[in-house]
Amino acid sequence: MTAFNDRPIEEHIAQWRTYVSHRKPLHGSDVEELEGHLRDELRTLAEGGLTADEAFLVAVKRLGNLDALSREFARAHSERLWKQLVMASDAEQPAKPGRTEFLVALILAAAAALAIKVPALFGHPISPNEGPPLFYARNASLFVFPLLAIYFLWKGGSKVINGLWLSLPFVAGAVFANVFPFLKGSDTEKLTALHLPIALWMAVGFAYIRGRWSAESGRMNFVRFSGELAIYYVLIALGGIVVTLFTFMMFGAIDMNPDWFVAGWLIPCGATGAVIIGSWLVEAKQSVIENMAPVLTKLFTPLFTLLLLVFLATMAWTRNPINVKREVLIGFDLLLAVVVGLVLYAASARDPQAPPDAFDGLQLLLVASAFVVDAVALWAIAARISEFGFTPNRVAALGENLILLVNLVWTAWLYARFLRHRSSFAILERWQIAYLPVYSVWAALVVVTFPPIFGYR
Amino acid sequence: MGMGKDLVAASATPLVLAILAEGDNYGYAIIKRVAELSRGHLQWTDGMLYPVLHRLEHQGLVAAKWSASENGRRRRYYRITKDGRAELAAQRQQWQTVDSALRGIWMKVCKA
Repeated sequence: MTAFNDRPIEEHIAQWRTYVSHRKPLHGSDVEELEGHLRDELRTLAEGGLTADEAFLVAVKRLGNLDALSREFARAHSERLWKQLVMASDAEQPAKPGRTEFLVALILAAAAALAIKVPALFGHPISPNEGPPLFYARNASLFVFPLLAIYFLWKGGSKVINGLWLSLPFVAGAVFANVFPFLKGSDTEKLTALHLPIALWMAVGFAYIRGRWSAESGRMNFVRFSGELAIYYVLIALGGIVVTLFTFMMFGAIDMNPDWFVAGWLIPCGATGAVIIGSWLVEAKQSVIENMAPVLTKLFTPLFTLLLLVFLATMAWTRNPINVKREVLIGFDLLLAVVVGLVLYAASARDPQAPPDAFDGLQLLLVASAFVVDAVALWAIAARISEFGFTPNRVAALGENLILLVNLVWTAWLYARFLRHRSSFAILERWQIAYLPVYSVWAALVVVTFPPIFGYR
Repeated sequence: MGMGKDLVAASATPLVLAILAEGDNYGYAIIKRVAELSRGHLQWTDGMLYPVLHRLEHQGLVAAKWSASENGRRRRYYRITKDGRAELAAQRQQWQTVDSALRGIWMKVCKA
C-alpha cells in the first residue's frame, strides 16, 4: 500500500509536506524520512480505530513542534548552517549589523594597505625597476594576517585579553622572519617566505573559530572559508589586473609613466587590502559563492585525475626520470597540495549523509594517482639527497612530501572503506580536519629551525 | 509519570544504540521499541528521534541506508557501527555506575 485510500488524507500529507519543506534546515531526504514516519503512525492510528482526520491531528502533534524540530535538525547538521545561518537568531553572540561590519573591514583593509608602506619609511623601498626585496616576501603575511585575525576577533565579540594571546604567534613570526642573518640569495630565506604564511594561517584559524580549535565543525568552516577566500582573491586580482592595464594605457596616452605608482602603491596596497575585503565578502555573501565552490571542485577533480594519470602513463612509457630542481620540487609539492585541497574541498561541500556515488569513486582515483606521483617524487628526492647530500630545499620538499603522502594513503584507505559501505564519510572528513594542524606545525618548524640548521644558506 | 527533559535527552543515545544493537531498524520502529521497553513511560516527541539519529550518524556511531520497505516507499534503515558498539559499552558502564550509586542510597532512604 503506497497511498491511503482516503483522498483527504493524501491531501493533508501533501500540504504538510509543502509546509515542512519550507523549513530550511530540513532537506528533501529529511522530509521524506519524516513523511515515512507520519504515514506509519497514521496507519497504526487508523488501525486503532481513529478516523482519518483524527489520526492526522494526533500524528502531526506527536511529531512535535516544527520550530523546535527545525532547530534540532540544524544543530545535528551544523554543516548546513553554512548555507542557511538559521542559528543566527539564537546564537550566543548578537549578529553585528552589516553596515558596521563593512566599515570595520574597510578600516582594517586600509590599515593593511598602509602597513605594507611603513617599511618604505625605514629603508625598504619598493622600486619599480627591480623586483620587490625579499624583505617583503618574508614578511608579507605579517602585514595582513594580524589584521585579519583582529577582524575575526571583533566579529566574534572576543575580549581584548584573548586577542593578546593570539598576537604571540605573529610576534614570534615577525622575530623569526627578521632576526636570522640570511646570506645573499639564501635558500632558507625563500623557504621562510613560503612557509611563514602557512604557519601563521593557523593563528588566523584560531581567531576565526575564536580559540575553540577542538570544535570540528568550526575547523571545517575555516576550511570552507579559506577556499572561498582564495576564489574571491583571484577574482579581485583579475579586477586589479584590469585596473593596472588601464592605468598604464591612460597615463601612457598623456606621456606619463605610472610605474612608481603601480609598483609602489597600487599592487602592494591592493594585494594586502584585498585579503581583508575578500574575507569580508566571504563572510557577508556566504551563499553566493557557496554554489560555486562545489562546481569548481566537480570540474577540476576529473581534470586533475586525468592530468595525473596521463603524466604517470607518459613517465612509465618514456622512462624519463623527474629532474630534481628547486622549481620542480616546489611544483610537485604544490600539485599535491592542490589534490589534497580538492579532496578537502569536496569533503567540505559534500553532504556527509549521502551514500557513495560515482564522484567519490573518481575522488579515490584522484587520491590514488596522486599517491603514486607523490611516491615517485619522493623517490627522486631521496635519490638526489643520497647522491648530493642535504640542502634546505630538498629536506623541506622531502618533509612536505612525506606529510602529504601520509595524508593521501590514509585518505585513500578511508575512501575505499567508504565506497564499500564499511565506513561513513564523516570519518573521512574528521581525518582531514584532524590533519590540518600538521601542515602548519611543519611550516613553523621550517621557519624556526631550517635557517640555523643549514647555516642561513 | 513525567520524566525530566534532560533525563530523556541523556538516555536517548544509549537507548537508540542498544536498540540498533538488537538489529538494523528504522525510525518509527525504534520509537515503538522505546515505548515498549519503557512501558510507555518514556515518551519522546516522535520527530526528535531523527535529529538524534542524524547526529549519531555524523559521529560515525551508526550508519544509514535508504532501502525499500514493505509498503513500497523508501525507508531509511539505521545500523550500529563498530564505534557505535564501543560507545554503547562505554555508556552502559556509565549508566550502571549511576544506577548502582542510586540503588545504594534508595535502599537507605526507603527503609528510613
